[in-house]
Amino acid sequence: MLRKRRFLVPGVDKRLLVKDAVKVMPDLTRRRFITAGASLGALTLLTGCDVLDSDSADAMLARVSKFNDAVQSWMFNPNAMAPTFPESAITKPFPFNGYYDVDDAPDIDGKDWKLEVRGLVENKNSWTLDELYKLPQVNQITRHICVEGWSAIGSWTGTPLRDFLKLIGADTRAKYVWFQCADKDGYNSPLDMESALHPQTQMTFKFGNEILPRAYGFPMKIRVPTKLGFKNPKYVVSMEVTNDYKGGYWEDQGYNSFSGS
Amino acid sequence: MSTLIVTDHHVAPAPTKAKVVQPAWVRTMHWINAVAMILMIMSGWQIYNASPLFGFSFSRSITLGGWLGGALLWHFAAMWLLMINGLAYLITGFATGRFRRKLFPITPGGVLTDLKAALTFKLAHDDLTTYNYVQRLLYAGIIAVGVVIVLSGLSIWKPVQLQYLTALFGGYDVARYVHFVCMSLICLFLIVHVALALLVPKSLRAMIIGR
Repeated sequence: MLRKRRFLVPGVDKRLLVKDAVKVMPDLTRRRFITAGASLGALTLLTGCDVLDSDSADAMLARVSKFNDAVQSWMFNPNAMAPTFPESAITKPFPFNGYYDVDDAPDIDGKDWKLEVRGLVENKNSWTLDELYKLPQVNQITRHICVEGWSAIGSWTGTPLRDFLKLIGADTRAKYVWFQCADKDGYNSPLDMESALHPQTQMTFKFGNEILPRAYGFPMKIRVPTKLGFKNPKYVVSMEVTNDYKGGYWEDQGYNSFSGS
Repeated sequence: MSTLIVTDHHVAPAPTKAKVVQPAWVRTMHWINAVAMILMIMSGWQIYNASPLFGFSFSRSITLGGWLGGALLWHFAAMWLLMINGLAYLITGFATGRFRRKLFPITPGGVLTDLKAALTFKLAHDDLTTYNYVQRLLYAGIIAVGVVIVLSGLSIWKPVQLQYLTALFGGYDVARYVHFVCMSLICLFLIVHVALALLVPKSLRAMIIGR
């Protein structure tokens, strides 16, 4: 797993072209817009191939990615539902997916596991699996789209996250719900509040009609059909309602943070 | 002396104006598009490698971004360059009447005649201001492919928010194939386009200095 970890390091580089382009533009949105267009062309034309590996290119790309977060947040329609499918369309077998082998997937004892709730919420009590199973559940058959390009249709059953957030008295004006997971190396991922409150965003306890198998994230996965797969954390151990951007396992390595579908 | 200057002044502009083959806006947008296309294609190949549609991958020596995450950053940055420039080109092309003047009409007979002439190296290139029928077909065709590659790309990027567009392509999975086929067509076009520009160097010069 040779992955670059140097993308999206804030304020790493202040090289001339990007900075100059930014300086002359008054409005923030427009500024980023121009940086996206002008610098790419200018940098490439002026410095040729060297630019492709330089830090200034990384800084410029990180800026554009942030701009793309804003564009996607603007495009996001809370009333647009991800298309749903009949049971016959379910992909079998549904692929296991992770940055490790299925044998290295977290092996969690459901009796010991508790969901920890933190941050801007009124009720910070932890939840046992039995308590969570008692909440009303709904089913969805939607398409899981991986950042790699492949997709698979699955059937997920669980509690809408927005109902749970209401139940625990979460401040839904906060910017993010940040999930931490039991995957090795500590997987985590931020979810913007608008997507967290989307009707199809779900705390998933079942795949098909069976208790979520270990391969798909037992005991709990967050299913977000309006996001790419890596924004659907598995083996969740805690959620934090927060205004701070706390980064994420893949987000920190350069995957676009919003990554909406 | 003064007579000479006056004569120059009166006579010179007319032929100079007539000699401009590619106006500045066409040249500027052409080269911006060239850069954007190359960035999109090379980063696109790296993205393709993460989950190949066919039984092959692109050599990493010809891809951009180093890994999937890097390639996606390039792809979603260069897309702005491609889309904004492309949109400006389409608007200007229609508004100035350039498309109508230069690309139309395209008749099957004209295309066949010119194609035959081209393949036997008898096609005339004396007047670069007029496109022959093969050129008209290729240029109009590649503009259409450019529109389809952007639309199929948007439907892969936003299969929920733009789900009607995605459905128009036959769904997410089909849109990926459409996107790939368009890329292949653009690459084929590039090979022919560059080869012909090198065969008729004054056309390349016209795209750089205008005449």
